[in-house]
Amino acid sequence: MTPEEEAEFRRRQKSRNLVLGGILLFLALLFYAITIVRM
Amino acid sequence: MAPDSMTQAAPVQLPAEWRDFFALTKPRVMSLVIFTGLCGLLAAPGHIHPVLGFTAILCIALGAGGSAVLNQWWEADIDSGMKRTAGRPLPTGRMNRTDARDFGIALSVASVLIMGLAIHWLAAAILAVAIVYYAVVYTIWLKPRTPQNIVIGGGSGAFPPMIGWVAVTGDITLMPILLFAIIFMWTPPHFWALALFVKTDYANVGIPMMPVVKGEKSTRLQMLAYCVLLVPIAAAPWFIGGTSWIYGAAALGLSLVFLALSIPVAFRTAAEGDKMLPEKRMFAFSVFYLFALFAALVVDRVLAYQGVIG
Repeated sequence: MTPEEEAEFRRRQKSRNLVLGGILLFLALLFYAITIVRM
Repeated sequence: MAPDSMTQAAPVQLPAEWRDFFALTKPRVMSLVIFTGLCGLLAAPGHIHPVLGFTAILCIALGAGGSAVLNQWWEADIDSGMKRTAGRPLPTGRMNRTDARDFGIALSVASVLIMGLAIHWLAAAILAVAIVYYAVVYTIWLKPRTPQNIVIGGGSGAFPPMIGWVAVTGDITLMPILLFAIIFMWTPPHFWALALFVKTDYANVGIPMMPVVKGEKSTRLQMLAYCVLLVPIAAAPWFIGGTSWIYGAAALGLSLVFLALSIPVAFRTAAEGDKMLPEKRMFAFSVFYLFALFAALVVDRVLAYQGVIG
């Protein structure tokens, strides 16, 4: 893998991880809210 | 292993961008699904907590996205042969098929489980049927086999308002069935209008769309027939007393305009190089039609529940 390819690989990996983290945080908050509402 | 073969570096497979995963869910189609699902939810009699209502719509969106991903996973080869779809993430190689399949399954399963656990298992069951209907019955079974693919497969797009309604009420009555029927009858003229001006693409990849198999003349007349049938079906919620005159007037007005636009389409013959303007106009109006009809339904029901109208 060339340095350019490796940099692109890392960039994509990082942006995917950030989006996935955001989704997980959102789901955690949503499930918490659902739990409160249904109590 | 020979040393020479070891010097050949394997091509680098970069991970797909998150935007490609998002694109796989067909966001534009999803917007119509979310809108009709939301309308079903808002028009239903009864109350649902906003958090649960949001969750129900999110599940409908996730289910629609999941089935769209599975559709593109299955049709990657077909998509690569059509100008309209060749730029999608799978045909261009920006994403591998296994990732797409797993993503589609994960979205679909998650949508059904969350709907069942948080909202209602009947709504979850209908959502599961809708996903299987689109991903398996339509995509795998009907689409490559019969020119009636759009007619029967159109049912998958008709589920969202029913799911939204059932999420609130917990049961299936005549009203959500009528909402299903409206989208079911609307789908053939909507899709065939599109198929008439992208006919060459479908023919190239061997998909038996109605204009390819039965010819344009037959397709155009069938579009007219569906538009005729749509007039009483769209107005049916008013006839049965499920809505007031506000929805009734909107349904009749919109359906008659849709019918009027289908008449020139039904009785014309497109010459070589034709710009297909009547077909494009009808397709554009069909999208507006569905938005406007369901918006009228929500306005009607919200006014009724507020006691503004009878």
